Amino acid sequence: MIERESAVDLLKKVVQSSSADQTEAILLTEDSSLTRFAGSAVHQHVAEKNLTVILRAVLEKKIAVVTTNILRPSSLRKSLQKAISLAKVQHPNDEFVSLPEPEFLPETKTFSENISRLTPNNKMGMIKKLLRRVKEKGCRGSGAFSNGEVEMAVVNSLGVEAYQRFSDLFLHLIVEDEKSSGYASFVARDPDQLDVDSLAQEAIQKTSKEEPIQVEPGEYEVILEPYAVSELLSFLGYLGFHALAVQEGRSFFSNRFGEKIVDEKVTIYDDGLDPEGLQIPFDFEGIAKKRVTFFDRGVAKEVTYDSFTAGREGKKSTGHGLIPPNTEGPIPINLFMERGESSLEEMVKSVRRGVYITRFHYTNVVEPMKAVITGMTRDGTFLIDEGEIKEPIKNLRFTESVLKALSRVTGVSKNRRICSEGTVYSRRFVTGTVVPAVKIDGFNFSGVSAL
Amino acid sequence: MKDLVENILDIAKLKKVTYADIRIVRRQSEEIEVKNGKVEVLTHDDDFGFGIRILCQGAWGFACSSKVTKGEMGAVFAKALKIAKASSRIKGKEIIFPSASPIVDRYKTPISVDPFDVAPEIKLGLLLKADEILRRNKKVKISEAFMGSYKTEKTFASTEGSYIEQEIIECGAGISATAIEESEIQVRSYPNSFRGNFATRGYEWIEKLALQDRAEKIAEEAVQLLSAKPCPSKITTLILDSSQLALQIHESIGHPIELDRILGTEASYAGTSFLKPEMVGHFKYGSELINIVADATCPGGLGTFGFDDEGIKAQRVPIVSQGTLINLLTSRETAHHLKKESNGTMRADGWSRIPLIRMTNINLEPGAWTLKQMIADTEEGLFLTTNRSWSIDDKRINFQFGTEVGWEIQNGKLGEMVKNPTYTGITPKFWNSCDAIGNRDHWQLWGTPNCGKGEPGQVAHVGHGTAPARFRNVQVGVMKEQ
Repeated sequence: MIERESAVDLLKKVVQSSSADQTEAILLTEDSSLTRFAGSAVHQHVAEKNLTVILRAVLEKKIAVVTTNILRPSSLRKSLQKAISLAKVQHPNDEFVSLPEPEFLPETKTFSENISRLTPNNKMGMIKKLLRRVKEKGCRGSGAFSNGEVEMAVVNSLGVEAYQRFSDLFLHLIVEDEKSSGYASFVARDPDQLDVDSLAQEAIQKTSKEEPIQVEPGEYEVILEPYAVSELLSFLGYLGFHALAVQEGRSFFSNRFGEKIVDEKVTIYDDGLDPEGLQIPFDFEGIAKKRVTFFDRGVAKEVTYDSFTAGREGKKSTGHGLIPPNTEGPIPINLFMERGESSLEEMVKSVRRGVYITRFHYTNVVEPMKAVITGMTRDGTFLIDEGEIKEPIKNLRFTESVLKALSRVTGVSKNRRICSEGTVYSRRFVTGTVVPAVKIDGFNFSGVSAL
Repeated sequence: MKDLVENILDIAKLKKVTYADIRIVRRQSEEIEVKNGKVEVLTHDDDFGFGIRILCQGAWGFACSSKVTKGEMGAVFAKALKIAKASSRIKGKEIIFPSASPIVDRYKTPISVDPFDVAPEIKLGLLLKADEILRRNKKVKISEAFMGSYKTEKTFASTEGSYIEQEIIECGAGISATAIEESEIQVRSYPNSFRGNFATRGYEWIEKLALQDRAEKIAEEAVQLLSAKPCPSKITTLILDSSQLALQIHESIGHPIELDRILGTEASYAGTSFLKPEMVGHFKYGSELINIVADATCPGGLGTFGFDDEGIKAQRVPIVSQGTLINLLTSRETAHHLKKESNGTMRADGWSRIPLIRMTNINLEPGAWTLKQMIADTEEGLFLTTNRSWSIDDKRINFQFGTEVGWEIQNGKLGEMVKNPTYTGITPKFWNSCDAIGNRDHWQLWGTPNCGKGEPGQVAHVGHGTAPARFRNVQVGVMKEQ
């Protein structure tokens, strides 16, 4: 870790030496580790240290971006010159207004000193304990346990100066016996919040000694655990909850603001400052995160902006800029769904015949404007009969509009949990979605697994 | 650089580790993206670092850093060793890691024009022109043109005495037209969706794609799709064009034959495979027409290289022969499950990741048909082209794909266009229903630059050579009207 002063100084030197009209410099550092286990044995354990600088040079309305992780002063100078020379040959983007001006940033604690306790040996002790619980039940465990420290600093030539240090850990676990599998996952900024026994117990209770039965594809009442709900929300965030999708006319919100699109029990928002989630106080342009409500009791309300999409409409950024160059739009990364009033047990009891779903697998968009997605159920799919969870069922393929599903919500749990896929393909930046379980009266399954 | 490497390998030998290797990788990327006449992305990325992998006390350790200095290498080695020793507390079966003969060699992608030597103005001009042609059609609301160039220089050295230097050059480009009308959105792309087609070739590849020549037609098709009829829901005969078939191979053959996945090490992420090592030699994967090779040597393939990231030479390996599974993708550690040696498929996504078993170029060998003959021989069915969505279960057996466009086939002729086509199936049943494959003239290499696997996530560049093929009794149109 290079700490606030050094990080900001490094970026300021680059920005101050720039001959571009406007310059932005972002520093991302990472010191992380990830341990994978399968069949109750560790098969991979890796550690990574990286520092990356992203430079955005603006010449009038011509913009270019250069990224480098070679941080010698001479290399940084070369990278800055490269950004400026690319901007010179760039074509102007008339819709670009300006990089953002500085604004007040709230103090937010996103780092726990406890993260340093996760040494290779200590992590092995925790995984050993987890796998012991799994083995006691005659099952095998596989999963990944990762911890990291990340720094993010943003400086621009208009005076933006932002720095934040983050810690994070995530652990996901799949427990298998001969006939079935169960899932549980955990994410937090403080390792002291991790209870491996209860995580193991949660996954174990989804396994079953019974042979899964096959139910025919069709429309069923479903109970979705928060893991599954979180997946649906992520697609809405990507497809339609942001200004770029609306401006390009490809969002399901386009021309529908003020309209009731989903059930009134559904309120979905983004809040980078809510401590129930993984707080991120500002975006990758150094702008404070604002709370943005997408669905307010079912009604389409507002979307997220970064400085570019806000400039197009003469608005202010909501603090949702992502790492440049970003062509996907200011996708929200701190999603929440408002809690309801039911307990999960009450929701199950109210189902006559339906399907209980722990999580989805390999979801993908089929029709973007209608938010139709497909995917499989996985690691804990059960038949619900006369208000009781019965035998496990073979995994089902669903093909369903998320909007249609949310318009049929008949129950929302009062308990919520934070769900996270951890970090996926790009630089480490762990985010979380805070969601309840929901009951949906009519969810379309289009196929069934052969196994 | 050689001194730094030798120093670390000397330390490894002194510490008496079973095995160690070091990879130093520098990767340069340049990406350009034009949208609606504006250059939205013009970026250059320079990524440099090293990773050290150690086998010690029967367990693996890996650590890496972007600071390429002698001191940092020593610290990273110590961390990797500590990790390996800690990991040995939760070992599985004993790791069998057969030794390999040392190789000292160099490999460089054969190219005519280095894409990094071509001025950005020329590239911008090419993309802007194609984009402008797309937008001549007023119902095209989003026009996009993309180009990417990648240069990876890597040095691999091991305690066994190997020292291999490689320079891999890749590039690709594509265009897409998005037509929007009310709540209808339709996309057509060329030469493939998701940014085009990529190859281990120089800038000559980009020029050969001739984006501008195809822009008008794909814009027209995107607009036609707005008023096309929906894909019917039925069980019918399906002809897939070679680009969609490439992704079909990728998901339902390429990933299931990865031996590490079969042995369970991807269980907690994208899942395992319906295959088992004992199925090799007799499992009937497809009809007798199906011949699949894993070919890391085919010129231009996006999965073509000189040596894998364990120092094993690139190979051409038959995987499915006349429909029967005869081999899998293997590594030095896993090959003994088949009583074989590694077939050289271990690749890492840069310096910061460990090598995993990855597809090379997983190719379907050509058949005897022309596309025209195939359609003429089909009484009723659908011809689908260009992938739009994909999904497969955690055993790689239940799949569902959507394509950008389809055409009905009636009495041996292409008929009306259909929108939002989808099809679904069960992997071995689907491949066993194949009764016609296009000939060598129709066979084409497709580069997949976004193959995801592993945790932390890794993206691999892989290839698939295919010709169009026909499949019988396939469920199409899986969507109820939403």
